[in-house]
Amino acid sequence: MAQPTRLGGNALLAFVLGLPILAGLAGTILPAFGYLPALGGLRVTLAHFAELAGQPHILRSVLTGLAAGLLTTVAATAVVGTFVAGFAGTPLFARIQHLVSPLLAVPHAAAAFALAFLVAPSGFLLRLISPEVTGFTRPPDWLLPNDPFALTMIAGLIAKEVPFLFLVTLAALPQLAVTRASRLAAALGYGRVAGFAICLWPALYRQIRLPVFAVLVYSVSVVDVAMILGPKLPPTLPVRVTQWAGDDDLGARFLASAGAFLQLGIVVAAMASWIVLERVGKAVLARLTFSGRRFARDGALRAAGALAMSTCTVTIFAGLSVLSIWSVAGLWPFPDALPGSLTPNTWMRTLPQLWAPLGTTVALALSASSLALVFTILLLYRNGIAGGRKNAAGYRLLYLPLLVPEISFVFGLQVLMLSAGLTPGFASVLAVHFVFVLPYVLLSLSAPWRAVDPRFEKIAAGFGKPALEILFTVRLPLLFRACLTALAVGFAVSVSLYLPTLLIGSGRLTTITTEAVALSSGGDRRVIGIYALVQGLLPFLAFLVASLGPQLLFRNRRAMRT
Amino acid sequence: MIRRAGKIIAAALLALGLAGKASATDAGNWEAVVAEARGQTVYFNAWGGSENVNAYIRWAGEEMKARYGVTVVHVKLDDTAKATATVLAEKSAGKDEGGSVDLVWVNGENFAAMKREGLLYAPGWATKLPNWRYVDHENTPTVLTDFTIPTDGLESPWGGAKLVFFYDSARMKASELPDSAADLLEWAAANPGRFSYPQPPDFTGSSFLKQVLIELVDDRAKLQKPVDEKTFATDAAPLFAYLDKLTPLLWRKGKAYPQNYADMKQKLADGELDIFFAFNPAEASSAIANGELPETVRSFVFSGGTLGNTHFVAIPYNATAKAGALLLADFLLSPEAQLRKQDPNIWGDPTVLSPAKLPEADRSGFERLDLGIATLHPDELGPALDEPHPDWMTRIETEWIRRYGAAN
Repeated sequence: MAQPTRLGGNALLAFVLGLPILAGLAGTILPAFGYLPALGGLRVTLAHFAELAGQPHILRSVLTGLAAGLLTTVAATAVVGTFVAGFAGTPLFARIQHLVSPLLAVPHAAAAFALAFLVAPSGFLLRLISPEVTGFTRPPDWLLPNDPFALTMIAGLIAKEVPFLFLVTLAALPQLAVTRASRLAAALGYGRVAGFAICLWPALYRQIRLPVFAVLVYSVSVVDVAMILGPKLPPTLPVRVTQWAGDDDLGARFLASAGAFLQLGIVVAAMASWIVLERVGKAVLARLTFSGRRFARDGALRAAGALAMSTCTVTIFAGLSVLSIWSVAGLWPFPDALPGSLTPNTWMRTLPQLWAPLGTTVALALSASSLALVFTILLLYRNGIAGGRKNAAGYRLLYLPLLVPEISFVFGLQVLMLSAGLTPGFASVLAVHFVFVLPYVLLSLSAPWRAVDPRFEKIAAGFGKPALEILFTVRLPLLFRACLTALAVGFAVSVSLYLPTLLIGSGRLTTITTEAVALSSGGDRRVIGIYALVQGLLPFLAFLVASLGPQLLFRNRRAMRT
Repeated sequence: MIRRAGKIIAAALLALGLAGKASATDAGNWEAVVAEARGQTVYFNAWGGSENVNAYIRWAGEEMKARYGVTVVHVKLDDTAKATATVLAEKSAGKDEGGSVDLVWVNGENFAAMKREGLLYAPGWATKLPNWRYVDHENTPTVLTDFTIPTDGLESPWGGAKLVFFYDSARMKASELPDSAADLLEWAAANPGRFSYPQPPDFTGSSFLKQVLIELVDDRAKLQKPVDEKTFATDAAPLFAYLDKLTPLLWRKGKAYPQNYADMKQKLADGELDIFFAFNPAEASSAIANGELPETVRSFVFSGGTLGNTHFVAIPYNATAKAGALLLADFLLSPEAQLRKQDPNIWGDPTVLSPAKLPEADRSGFERLDLGIATLHPDELGPALDEPHPDWMTRIETEWIRRYGAAN
């Protein structure tokens, strides 16, 4: 009986959220095949794909991006997996958890700048040891960042994706019987890592699978990080598409659309490769399980996991510290380890300009993420009670914004919104932010939601409580931390959105991020430093609330504090 | 009867015509423009990558508010082409009125593209602005032709630009400075890894390619016309022969390039580069004032001339606040605003006005202006080379990517 209503609700949601994306895609795909009346494109043609294929070094652009994305995802998953396996439940784990979570808050571009400042030949690390150790009085001519194999870019992406994966893993872990399983595995003589891999990993991976895919799609189609750290000759495909889309020659829009379409294909290829990797991983794990080997001495592996984890943390924190030094630096020539003079001038000049965009950013992020949280709870609630896991398929469409590269549909979306007669403004930008934020919130919350032990609710129902009351008194409190985390994730996503804010708002809605990207094109490290710090501070506060919230609210309930 | 009917039709047509005229903003009727502009909000789309430029636009907005009751909102772009893209998106959505861009900072390629696609407001408005009478259009032909494309009064000049090189006199002697593209190649051979240019299609990077092209091409007149595909290979051959020799001598051996001129400026401060260049002759002076460059940085140009051009503001065909945009364009052209813009402590961008045409008080203001320690006096800037037709830039960029786009 409830079935048709539920499907109706899902269909409506899929319509409301899927439509803009599909329409946006249409606005991209049609020009790719030559249809864009404003530019005189009225004939369907494959010429633009031929033009794309004729672009110099296009294959290399494609392969570098694809390989970098896959490698990033493999490494980030491995780091998080090894670390969680080696340390879940230990005091170190609890400590790292509080250190790593805020890293998610740091916007990708800011983290990339931070890394670039650290490792460049004229960067901080070399300044620290020059000229005393190296003998360099001038920076050496090393190709770093922007190395041809995209290694710096991969490093930057890993450092940023590890915290994200770690955070979703943290949200999923409480639903697994970690303590019992590891005791059992230990009793049987398994090493920590092997025991975790055999007993808990398959269940854990099932919960974090979609986030892993999101990481994959993101790293395959990333633009800003690739622009800062990635290879330049040739750049990866997404960077080139962005360049074509921004070409003075408006005719390049057809080429850009064809490129965006190709990017879509590459994302699909990346996912297919990942699914193959999953199969291989599964087979390896099965062999390992049946081999009966205990891997009791896994100290080195655990140490490597901890090292990788702390390297990510330390790198970004150190990078941000250097950025903050830059924000108050006077002249700071190589090889001085510290600036010759400090001055508050840049802050004094910049601060008065910050308030307005700061207000807009917070208002947008708060509205978008709370709206998304309410929708997510509504959606999961409708599906959760009767349907269980099977209904997940009903709202797959909502993941489209995650699985479709941004550049593949935002331009089309802009045309659509204008055709609908919508004026660029807070409401339309909020609507687009919502489309981008919702999947992340859904992603963060759905796994913990499904994993809540249904017996709690059954007990409550046994006491005669109505369904809604059970939702508010049992399920949501149990999921309080997960909800706050989802909210913080949504907040961070909204804060970091650049292209949608700029295009849909026609540049009239100024956020910290649009300001930061505009200013970063000017290259002044002092100002970039300030904006990166402020840009990172906002979501950082959101995550602080998410991680401290449960401890404050549940001061008197010990088991609910994590 | 027939005559009467004809009269009625004529009257109706006239009424329609007048109605049309009354609703269209006309720069020729300035009092009406000022009256119409009051209360309007002008969305000024301009590159937002530099704090001193942003501060200047903020100042202009405050003045506009105080004097004319016009609100100016600076829509900060990282690339002007985004504004072009917005207008294009609006055109493709059929939004021919009430557009979101009122005034846009353009030149060269963006202007050519907008003009070609019919995205610009009424020809001739720029030369009807009251402050046009001060513009130096006799001696500065670039205020009338933007990269060889006639402006037709579709854009109003805002500032001058001249390609100027900068070096740190603490690291390099003035006697070693290259004086031409050919000299620069020799200098690079003696100092490998210390010179580079922003990666095309960055505007400044492509400009460097054009500078070399102009110096080496057999007949400069060819560059004033669109590319002739039949002779392009031979016309551009000297440029690419030059680049083939220069590339391995560049910073990172040409395997990576600076992002833009500001990035080059940072790299000079970091000690990675020894020479950088920009289109603003006062770039180094204002950077020294900001603590971004050491006080020992100085400027130089090639005695044979360097590229010179003008940047403009234009109004999209579907702009909402056309009157406000006209008023702002005129204000930006006023002697007061131009003097402030040329002050290196504020921006340092050269004026498009002719001092000779200015009233005495304004002229002496320009004469008294201290251009800063690292800025060459206008007399020392050397001859200005004309920008080639936009076609050349496009073709050369394409060819550049094909040849050097995968150096790794």
